[in-house]
Amino acid sequence: MPTVLILGASSDMAVAIAKKFASKGYAIQLAARQVHRLQPLQSDLTIRYQQSCDLYEFDALAFNTHAAFFDSLPIKPDIAICVFGYLGENETARANWQESEKIIHTNYTGAVSILNVISNYFAARKQGAIVGISSVAGERGRQSNYIYGSAKAGFTAYLSGLRNRLFREGVHVVSVQPGFVYTRMTENLALPALLTAKPEAVGETVYKAVVRKQNVVYVKWFWRWIMLIIKSIPEFMFKKLKL
Amino acid sequence: MKKSIANWGNYPVMESDEKLFSFDDQLQEIIRTSGHFIPRGNGRCYGDASLSTETINTLKYDKILSFDTVNGIFECQSGLVLDQVLEVIVPKGWFLPVTPGTKFITVGGAVGSDVHGKNHHVDGCFSNHVIEMDVVLANGQTTTCSPQQHTDLFEATCGGMGLTGLITRIKFRLKKIETSFIRQRQIKAANLEELIRLFEEYQHYTYSMAWIDCLKKGKDFGRSILIVGEHATVNELKEQHRNDPLALPRKKSISFPFNLPSWVLNTWSVKAFNFLYYAKNFKKEINNLVPYEPFFYPLDAILHWNRGYGKKGFVQYQFVLPLHAKEGLIDILNRISDKGLGSFLAVLKVFGKQESLISFPFEGFTLALDFPVRKDLFAFLDELDQVVLRYGGRLYMSKDARMRPEILEAGYPRLEEFKAIVKKYNPDAKIRSVQSDRLLLTK
Repeated sequence: MPTVLILGASSDMAVAIAKKFASKGYAIQLAARQVHRLQPLQSDLTIRYQQSCDLYEFDALAFNTHAAFFDSLPIKPDIAICVFGYLGENETARANWQESEKIIHTNYTGAVSILNVISNYFAARKQGAIVGISSVAGERGRQSNYIYGSAKAGFTAYLSGLRNRLFREGVHVVSVQPGFVYTRMTENLALPALLTAKPEAVGETVYKAVVRKQNVVYVKWFWRWIMLIIKSIPEFMFKKLKL
Repeated sequence: MKKSIANWGNYPVMESDEKLFSFDDQLQEIIRTSGHFIPRGNGRCYGDASLSTETINTLKYDKILSFDTVNGIFECQSGLVLDQVLEVIVPKGWFLPVTPGTKFITVGGAVGSDVHGKNHHVDGCFSNHVIEMDVVLANGQTTTCSPQQHTDLFEATCGGMGLTGLITRIKFRLKKIETSFIRQRQIKAANLEELIRLFEEYQHYTYSMAWIDCLKKGKDFGRSILIVGEHATVNELKEQHRNDPLALPRKKSISFPFNLPSWVLNTWSVKAFNFLYYAKNFKKEINNLVPYEPFFYPLDAILHWNRGYGKKGFVQYQFVLPLHAKEGLIDILNRISDKGLGSFLAVLKVFGKQESLISFPFEGFTLALDFPVRKDLFAFLDELDQVVLRYGGRLYMSKDARMRPEILEAGYPRLEEFKAIVKKYNPDAKIRSVQSDRLLLTK
C-alpha cells in the first residue's frame, strides 16, 4: 500500500489533503509539533477510509532533528507533502526580528532542511514524489506581506531547483500555489469569495498534480493569470501601488 | 472577523464575530477571550437560536472518534454533519436512530435541538439514543454527562439550545438496517378526518408523516398524503440491488441559485403547487421501494431551497397539540386557510410519549409550516400562539424566531427547572443567544 507523509498535519489544508489521499487508498503518516492534537484526525481517517494512519512528532523549526525524524519512520513514504507554513504579521515582523525569523524559518529554512533529507532518500531510491505548498505571495514582493512572500519565494525557487535535479532520478516534485484559501491562517482576513478556495479543493489539486505529474499548480485556475498580470507590471509602476 | 449570518429561514440576519476551532486547546482559548457566545453548527435551525454577536462554530471540529460496527455505537466530535455520519455507517449496516428532515445538521445541533424524526412515536428524540457526551461549560471546564452522570446537565443540554455549554463529544447508539432502501407506502386522504384515522391505522409503521394542503376548504379541508415506511429487508429488494443492499444513494442535487422575488409565493402559486403535489399521486395508494435519501431528505436534493422564499426570508412555525385537541388543529388550519397564508411545506405528524425537561415533543399532533416574512405575519403568528396555548400546546424553539417569553413559559411546565440548571452551569449568562435573551432564559 502506498504511503503519504504529511508534514505540518494540523492545518486545514493538511486535513483536506490527508482525507483525499486516504480516500484513494493511501496509508497516511501525519507529522506535527503537537502530536496529541492529531489523535481525532487519526481515528477519523482510520474509520472513514479504513486506512492505517500513524502520528509522528515533527517540529519544522528544530532543524537538527529532521534527519533523525525521517530516519525513525518505520515505513518510508512514497509521497512527502510539505504543508507547514506561517503567515505571521508583516507589520510586527518589520520591527521584530523574532517574528521575521519565525516566518523565514518556518516557510523556508525548515522546509529546505526536511526536504533535503527526504529528497536525498528519494533520489537514492530513484522513486517518490515531493509536494511543496508554497504561495502566490512568493511570486512578487508586496508591501503588505513581503517577509512571508520572500520566504515563500525562496521555497518556490528551492522546489523548482529540486524538480530539475530529481527529474533524472525519477522523482517528481510539485509546487502548489494555492492563492486564497479559507483556513485558520486566513480566518481574520476578508477574502473575496470568487477568488477563494476551500481546503478540500487544495486536497483535490494536490492529488491530481501527483497523479498527473504536474509541475506548478494553482488551486483556482485564474490565479495563474492574476499572478501573470501582477508579475508583468513594470517595477516603476508597481512600487507606487498599494498591494 | 465580523460577518453577516442567518440561520435557515434567512430571518433574522445579523452581524456576528464567528470563530472556528479544530482542537480542544483552541476552543479553550476562544472561550477564555470571548465576552459571551452561543455555539453554532451548520446554521440549520430556522430562527435565531444560534445567533449572537459572538458565535463559536463547530464545523471544523468534525472528527469521527470511534465506531463499533458490531454493536452500532458511534462517537464523534460535535461539528460532524449527519450526511457524513450516514456515509460511514450505512455501508456497515447501521442507520441514524433518529433523523430530522435534513441531513445537513451537525450531531451537536441534533442534541442541542433534541431533534425528532418520522419515527418519534416509536423511537423518541435523538437524546433517547445518546449514551454520553462532553460539554465544555462557560468556565471552560469539560464535563461528561449522560442519563446516569450529571443528569441535570444532560437533561438540560438535550434540547437546551446550547445554553448549558458547548457540546464537544457525543457517543450514541445506531439502528441496525439490512438495506439502504425504504419500503414506502403513500396513502391519499381526502380530508383531515380521514388523515387522522389513517395515522391510527398505520401507527405500527416505524416512520410516518403527512403532507397536508392548508389552503383547502369545505369537504376537502385537510386533504393530505400520508407517507409511511420501513427499512426494507434484503428479501424485499429487487434482484439487481440484492448483491449490494447497503449501497449509498448516488449524490445528485440541484441548487437554488438566487433568492426568488417575494411575490412569486402567493396564495395562487401555493394552491397550484398543492394541486400538483396531491394530483401526482394518481392512485389512492402507492407502494414502492426507494433509497433512503428521497424518503428522509426530499428537500436536501435542492440545495439552498430556502432562497425560494425570497430575500426577506421565512419563519417556520411548528407546534404540538395534545392528541385530544383535534379541534385545535382544525381551528389553526382554518385560520391559515382564511388568511391565505399557505406554505409549500405543511407537515403533520403524530408524536409518541416523551419524558423531557425542555425537549419539544410530547404525545400529540405536530404541524410544521413555512411562512414567508411579511408585514402582517407576526401579528398573525401571535394570534396562532394563543390558539396553541388554549389547546395545551407549545412551540419548537429550533424553528422559532419571534415567540414571546410568556408563550414559552406557558408551554413548557418544567421551564423554571431548566432555567435553574442553565444558571448553575452558565451562571453569568456568558453563553447566550438572541433567542435566549428574547425568551428571558439568560436575562
